[in-house]
Amino acid sequence: MTARVELVGVRKIFNEGQPNAFRAIDGVDLSLPAGGVTVLAGPSGSGKTTLLTLIGCLARPTEGRVRLDGRDISGLPEPFLAALRRQTFGFVFQRFNLIRGLTVLENVMLPAYPLGTPHRALTRRAGALLQRLGVGHRAGAPVESLSGGEAQRTAIARALINDPTVLIADEPTANLDTALSLAFLEIVSGLRAEGRTLLLSSHDPLVREASVVDRVAELRDGRLVADRDTLAESAQ
Amino acid sequence: MTELRRTLARQRYLLDYTVASMSRRRTRNLGLLLVYVGMVFLLASVLFYSSALKHEAGLLLAEAPDIVVQRMVAGRHALIPAQHAESLRGIRGVRVVEGRLWGYHYDPAVRANYTLLVPPADDVEPGTAVIGPALARARGAGIGDVLSFRGQDGTLHPFRIAAILPQESALASADLFLVAESDFRALFGIPEGQYTDIALQIPNPREERTVAEKVLEALPDSRPILRAEMLRTYDAVFDWRSALVLLPLSGALLAFAILAWEKASGLSADERREIGILKAVGWETGDILSMKFWEGGLLSLLAFLFGTAAAYWHVFGLSAPLLAPVMQGWSVLYPDFRLTPAIDATQLLALFCLTVLPYLAATLVPVWRAAVTDPDEVMR
Repeated sequence: MTARVELVGVRKIFNEGQPNAFRAIDGVDLSLPAGGVTVLAGPSGSGKTTLLTLIGCLARPTEGRVRLDGRDISGLPEPFLAALRRQTFGFVFQRFNLIRGLTVLENVMLPAYPLGTPHRALTRRAGALLQRLGVGHRAGAPVESLSGGEAQRTAIARALINDPTVLIADEPTANLDTALSLAFLEIVSGLRAEGRTLLLSSHDPLVREASVVDRVAELRDGRLVADRDTLAESAQ
Repeated sequence: MTELRRTLARQRYLLDYTVASMSRRRTRNLGLLLVYVGMVFLLASVLFYSSALKHEAGLLLAEAPDIVVQRMVAGRHALIPAQHAESLRGIRGVRVVEGRLWGYHYDPAVRANYTLLVPPADDVEPGTAVIGPALARARGAGIGDVLSFRGQDGTLHPFRIAAILPQESALASADLFLVAESDFRALFGIPEGQYTDIALQIPNPREERTVAEKVLEALPDSRPILRAEMLRTYDAVFDWRSALVLLPLSGALLAFAILAWEKASGLSADERREIGILKAVGWETGDILSMKFWEGGLLSLLAFLFGTAAAYWHVFGLSAPLLAPVMQGWSVLYPDFRLTPAIDATQLLALFCLTVLPYLAATLVPVWRAAVTDPDEVMR
């Protein structure tokens, strides 16, 4: 279930070689232990989201290596990256990125379509996940009708449908009030207990200081400026 | 689960998703489908109609003489003396030599041309006529009625209608007026021993060209016309008429091509975002291409099926009211007939390739471009 992610000298430059080139990540070395909760903190524009997309195989680094359990995944061909996105990494986007016009259940099942899982089994699994996350009653509703909290839970269920070892969430509490943010942290706690590796980006103090968080890595201008083991700190 | 079952299940999911995706963009897809169906309908109608007309003409010409010999005077068709027929009888390979009498008569009452003809068996009683169905309709004439024509000398020649030709042969017989030889000669002032042309039957088709050469040698003032040449002329005429219909349509075709290209190839921000999301949740480039292939395939196949079915019904069910005036001919007496369905599979395949494949390509190329890009970049 657990997976170890390492970043070695990772750089990401957008529009490289053009006048509007922008260095979003500038030489980050980071090691995420398997089976813990790490928060990437930092102000807007510090490169948190870009780093998440590089780890989650949504983009490739311009330089450096991303390793998963010691294996370099940054240079893999597209079909292998797609397989990793499908089965190893679950990604919860800041704006959830649910597909409008489809129901909650259909959105949750989407990542499993390429696997050809039998329909009945897949529906049952998606339904169970939605129940577990407290949105089972909304399974047949179109996603446009969901509240922020419901949309987030739907996005989490979609990220978990293929049982990934790493769950990545980008600014998960940005659109939630305090009660919903705490409810989200409850979910994170449950997933951590299952042994999954969780990586969150957030500048929300509620998340950074949550007891479930093992580690906070602080980014600024694309560089890692602090790396704090909160678990060790609280043990001291 | 076997790999095959997994693949089938995967394709079913993709197809389900495609259908759901199409119904989400219902207005856009319905609009596109309507225009697409209209275009296929027009193209297929012209194709079916010209193909059926050629087929019909081919059937008619199958019974036509193998060679028709006309006499030419100063480059124009002139009456041919019966002695010419005698000279032709001696040519090896010629089985039947027959003088024919036919011509046109303009009827000011309905402002139409009739084709007057003496049947080979000359089995029409003098004073009577057998007429084509369109002619009967135009004149409101039935069996037993009398139709009178003014002859070349100004006298009135009455003909009692003995029979009306069957509807099945309407394309060729619509404006026919069959009369006895004596009546024909009297009406047009053609003396005995003169014919319009001479028909030859050649049992061996391979000898037709040689016989034609010998005809020219024996009668230097004649012009032999082979049946194959007539068939080619028909084909050329119907092709020309098809072009006549397609020419004004070419603007519409171009407009459709631009619309289809624009609609199919230009991915909206929403579509790009959707592709990005699907890739981000683990769909492969191939899955997205399959999904879009299903989408383009469904739309273009539906358009092709609806368009060709509507064209089939229009041409063979309704006798092509939209095309008949242009495609059928110059005669005022448009034959009222139903064409026998005759569809050229190669032409249908060409139509399929011309309408479905470009659309699929127009759909897939931009999707492929978006699908091979990193999901993060597509969503940005």
